[in-house]
Amino acid sequence: MGTSFGRGGATTFQQDLQNADCILIEGSNMAECHPVGFQWVMEAKARGATLIHVDPRYTRTSAVADIHVPLRAGTDIAFLGGIINYVIEHERYFRDYVVAYTNGPTLISEEFKDTEDLDGVFSGLDAEQRKYDFHSWEYQTGAVQAASGHREMEAKQADAHQQRHQAESAKAEAAHGESHGSGGAAAPGNPDRDETMQDPRCVFQIVKRHFSRYTPEVVEQICGVPKELFLKVCETLASNSGRERTSAFCYAVGWTQHSVGVQYIRTAAILQLLLGNIGRPGGGILALRGHASIQGSTDIPTLFNLLPGYLPMPHAGVDVDLDTYVAGEETDKGFWGDMRSYMVSLLKAWWGEAATPENDFCYDYLPRISGSHSTYETVMAQLDGTCKGYFIVGENPAVGSANAKMQRLGMANLDWLVVRDFSLIESATWWKDGPEIETGELRTEDIATEVFFFPAAAHTEKNGSFTNTQRMLQWHHAAIEPPGHARSDLWFYYHLGRRIKDRLATSSEAMDRPVQDLTWDYPTEGAIAEPSAEAVLAEINGYDANGAPLSSYEQLNEDGSTACGCWIYTGCYSDGVNQVARRKPWREQSWVAPEWGWAWPANRRIIYNRASADPDGKPWSERKAYIWWDDDKARWTGHDVPDFDARKSPWHRPPAGAKAAEALSGVDPFVMQADGKAWLFAPTGLQDGPLPAHYEPQDSPFANLLYGQQRNPVRQVFPRKHNRLHPSPSEPGSAVFPYVLTTYRLTEHHTAGGMSRWQPYLAELQPEMFCEVHPELAKARELEHLGWATIVTARGAIEARVLVTERMTPITVQGRRIHQIGLPYHWGPNGYSQGDAANELAAISLDPNVHIQEVKAFTGDIRPGRRPRGPERVALVEEYQRRAGITESTGMEVRGGR
Amino acid sequence: MTKMAKWPVLDQLTGPDRLGRGKAVKSKRSEHLTARLADADRVVKSVCPYCAVGCGQNVFVKNNKVVQIEGDPDSPVSRGRLCPKGSASLQLTTGEARRYEVLYRRPHGSDWEVLDLDTAMDMVADRVITTRRETWQWEQEAKRTRRTLGIASLGGATLDNEENYLMKKLYTAIGAIQIENQARI
Repeated sequence: MGTSFGRGGATTFQQDLQNADCILIEGSNMAECHPVGFQWVMEAKARGATLIHVDPRYTRTSAVADIHVPLRAGTDIAFLGGIINYVIEHERYFRDYVVAYTNGPTLISEEFKDTEDLDGVFSGLDAEQRKYDFHSWEYQTGAVQAASGHREMEAKQADAHQQRHQAESAKAEAAHGESHGSGGAAAPGNPDRDETMQDPRCVFQIVKRHFSRYTPEVVEQICGVPKELFLKVCETLASNSGRERTSAFCYAVGWTQHSVGVQYIRTAAILQLLLGNIGRPGGGILALRGHASIQGSTDIPTLFNLLPGYLPMPHAGVDVDLDTYVAGEETDKGFWGDMRSYMVSLLKAWWGEAATPENDFCYDYLPRISGSHSTYETVMAQLDGTCKGYFIVGENPAVGSANAKMQRLGMANLDWLVVRDFSLIESATWWKDGPEIETGELRTEDIATEVFFFPAAAHTEKNGSFTNTQRMLQWHHAAIEPPGHARSDLWFYYHLGRRIKDRLATSSEAMDRPVQDLTWDYPTEGAIAEPSAEAVLAEINGYDANGAPLSSYEQLNEDGSTACGCWIYTGCYSDGVNQVARRKPWREQSWVAPEWGWAWPANRRIIYNRASADPDGKPWSERKAYIWWDDDKARWTGHDVPDFDARKSPWHRPPAGAKAAEALSGVDPFVMQADGKAWLFAPTGLQDGPLPAHYEPQDSPFANLLYGQQRNPVRQVFPRKHNRLHPSPSEPGSAVFPYVLTTYRLTEHHTAGGMSRWQPYLAELQPEMFCEVHPELAKARELEHLGWATIVTARGAIEARVLVTERMTPITVQGRRIHQIGLPYHWGPNGYSQGDAANELAAISLDPNVHIQEVKAFTGDIRPGRRPRGPERVALVEEYQRRAGITESTGMEVRGGR
Repeated sequence: MTKMAKWPVLDQLTGPDRLGRGKAVKSKRSEHLTARLADADRVVKSVCPYCAVGCGQNVFVKNNKVVQIEGDPDSPVSRGRLCPKGSASLQLTTGEARRYEVLYRRPHGSDWEVLDLDTAMDMVADRVITTRRETWQWEQEAKRTRRTLGIASLGGATLDNEENYLMKKLYTAIGAIQIENQARI
C-alpha cells in the first residue's frame, strides 16, 4: 500500500467499516481471526451493506456473507484483475476521481514494455541476475521516487538517477528486493499528463490493455469461479461505488503470504482507486494484522532494511555519507521531501551531543546493508556458520516459520541462542526433543549451541504501547510487577545495553564509538529497576533543543536542533502528555473517537481524506461527506483531522521551484507521493513489476493460462538440500503432489502457539492439529473423519487428524477437478495442545519485495494413517522426492517454466 | 413458613417480580455471592496482547495479584467485547505454564540448569561482545559496512513499540543488521 498511496498502513479504521455499502473480504477469515473487529462488518450489514467473502474455504465469515466465492488458492490477482477489466470495459470507474487524484493521466516512458508485449514479463528483466532494471518503467519526463511510508515493507526503489545506475551493480543482491529505497534525485513532481486519458502511453490506457485479457472466461478457467458468480461480484462492487456509495476491502495474510504477495495488495489498490474508494468514509483498504503491534513493528522496525519511520537502512557503497543518502532518498514534492530533517533528528535522538553538523550527525555510526538480510537469509547464514548468535524474542520460528526444519538446523549450528518467552516453546527445546532428535538427524550431545531461556513479563506487568491494525497506538498500564525473574523486553534490552556500554566504556577502538556515544540514560522505576516506557515514548515522539516535546513532524529541523526517534509518531507525546493513553469513552465523543489513543500520522483516522472531497473541496456527496473546504473560515474541516495542510485551498497551485510539501497543489491528496497522486501504475518502488500480473504459485498443479511465464520471474528461491521445490505442472513428477495446500489459523489459537497452546481453556477448545478435506477427497484417499492422515511435500511429512467437511469446496479449473486441503498452522510438540507443525511442509520461496514466504498456496500429497516414526520419516520424504524426479534445479527457473 | 411458600415460582406468581428477574428468584446463598471484580483493589486499563484489533481490557487486581481480565466497555474499537483468546488472557498472564526462572543449556548438555538472572545477563553481554569482535566487518568488497553479521534477532509482533525501539537502537549501535520481526512472516 505504501507504493500505491504513500504510506504503509491501513487507509481506514475498523469502526469506519460500518459506513460501507459493500465490504469485500478476501485473503482473510475476519469473523474467526478478528472476531471483535468483525462487529463493524456486522454493523454495516445491519445498515444494509452487502458482504462478499472470497476464500478457498467456507468459514464463519462466509456463513454471514451475502456472497461467498470459493476460489483456487493463489489466484487472487487473476480474480481482482478480472474485476479491474470489468470496471474499465463497462466504464464503471469513477472518472472524476481517477483523473484528479491518481496517476491515470500520467504518461510513461516509451521504453516500457508490458507483459502483453513480452509474454508475461515486463521490460528490464535481467534473467541472469533474477532481477528487474526499472529504468523503462519511469514517467515520461523523468523519475519519481516511491514514498518510503510503506506497509509490510512494500519496497520502494527507484533507479532514474544516473549515479544510481552506476551503483546498481553494487546492489545485485539487493535487487532480490530489499527496500533500500535508492532513487534518483531531482525527480520532477509534475510529469507529463493527458487529462483526457486517451494517450496510449498514459497509465490508464496501459492499465486497460494490461488487464484486457482478464475476462470472466479467463477468471473462470484460472480461479474456478463460475462466470455468473464472478459477474455478480463485479456488479455488486461497481454499483456500490461512486459519488454516493463506497465499498471497503479487508485482507490479511491470505494475500501477503505468496511469492507475489505485494502485487495482490497492489491489485486491490488499483481497483479501489478506479472505483474512487480511497480516503473516503466506508471505503479504503483495511489490512487486518494478526499481532497486537505488528503495525508498530514496521513503524518502529525491528527489520533489517528500515530505520524508524520507514527511513531506509543505508546501503554499502551507495549511501556513503548523509548527503548521498538524503540525495538518493528525498523527493522534490510531498512530505518525503523533508526526509533530511527526519534522519538528522533520528541521529540526534540516538547519539545526542556526539552528533554534530561537522560529523554528519554520526551518520557513519550506522551499519550498512549489502543485499537482503531477511530472517530467511539469516537462517541460511546460520547454516553457513557466519551468523553465530541469535536472539528470539516472543517468537517461535522452530514451528512458526516456513521450512521449520531449516530453522532448527540453523539454530543447531549457532554458538549461542537467547530465547525470551513465557513458557518453554519449541524454539527453546529443539536440541532436546525436536523432530530431528527423533529421526536421528541430530544428537543432543553433538549440538554445541549454548541456549539461554529468559522468562518474559506479560502485558499486565509492564507499561507500553501497541499500534493496532488501524495505525492507532494504545497504552497498556502495568497492573503488577513481573514475578520471579520474569522481565519485560524493555528491561532486558535496557540492562543488556547498559552492561555492554559498561564493558566498552574504556575501549579506544573505533568500532566501539557508536556504543560509547549512544544515548542510554532512561530513568528506572521500582525494585527491579524497570526503565520508564514513558521516557522512551517521549524520545520516540521527539523534543526540541530545550528538551520540550514536539507536537508535529513539521517542526523537525535538519540543523540538529530537534531530536526524534520516529518522525511519523511525532505528536503522540505532544504537550508532554501521553496521548496514547487517552481513554475518553466512545459514548462521549464522535463516532470517529479521536480522543481514544492516538493514530499516526497526526491522529488522522482515515488517511488521504482530502480525496473525500472533490477537486473544488466539496464532498463528493452529502452521504459520503468527511472532510471539506470551508470557504468562510478558509480551512479544511470535517469529522477527522485533515490529512492535508488545513489552510491550503483546493485552488492552490505551487509556484515554480517549490519543494517538498510546498510543492503540493490543492488537488494532491496523496501527500507522501512524489507527484501527490495515488499510483495505478508504480513507476518505481516494486521489484517485480509496475503492475500486477497473474503468476502461478511456486508449487502449483496448473500451468499459467495467461502467459508463457509460469511463476513470478524474480521471486526468491533457495536451492538448498532441505528446501526442495515441486516440479512444474508440465513435468511428469508434478502428479506426485496433486493437491493444493493452504494454511490458516483458528479463533482459539495464536500464530505458532506460544501464547495459546499453554492455556488450558484454549487447549481444550482446539486440542490438536487437524486438516480439512472434502468428502470426495476423503473417499478417494480412504481418509476417515477423526482418523489420521499423513501429508507430504518435498520438504517434510506431518500427521494430522482428519476433518471431513464440505467447507473445502472442490474447484474445477481447465477441465480438472482439484481438491484443496486446509492446514491450521498453530502446532508443535510442546504445550497442552500438541501436533505437527504445518510449516514442516512449506518451502522457503519468497516475495521479492518483502521476503514473505508462500504458505497460502502450495502443493502436496495426502494419505491415510499416521506418519512414520524415526528415520523412516526422512525416508518417506526422500521417496517422494525420487518419485517426483526432484533435483536442485527443480522449480528454480527464471523465464518460462510452464 | 412452609417449604411450599419458599418455592420461588410461587413468589414470582404472587409477588411483584412477575418476570422472575429480581427478588423472587434470589436465594440466601446467591444474595451473598459477589463477583470476583467487586472487591478488587483496583482496575488497570490495558489492551489485549493477541491480535491487532486492539480490544480494550480492564485488569482487576487484588492483593497485588491479577484476579480477572475483562473487556473494556469504553473502547470505541471493541465496546467491551473479547474473543476466546482475549478472554483467556488471565491464563496467559497467571497460568501455571509460565516460567519464572532463567534456564541455561550448556554446549552439548543434555538438560537445563537454573541460572541467576544477573549472571545470565552478564553471560549474554559477554557473548555479544565476543561474537561482535570476532565477526566485525569494516568493509566488504572495499565498501564500508561497519557491521557484524555474527548476531541476529527475530522478534515477535506482540512486543511494545518502546521495546522495539530500544532493540533497534541497541542493535544498530553494536552494528548488528539481521534484525527481524514477525512482520516479515
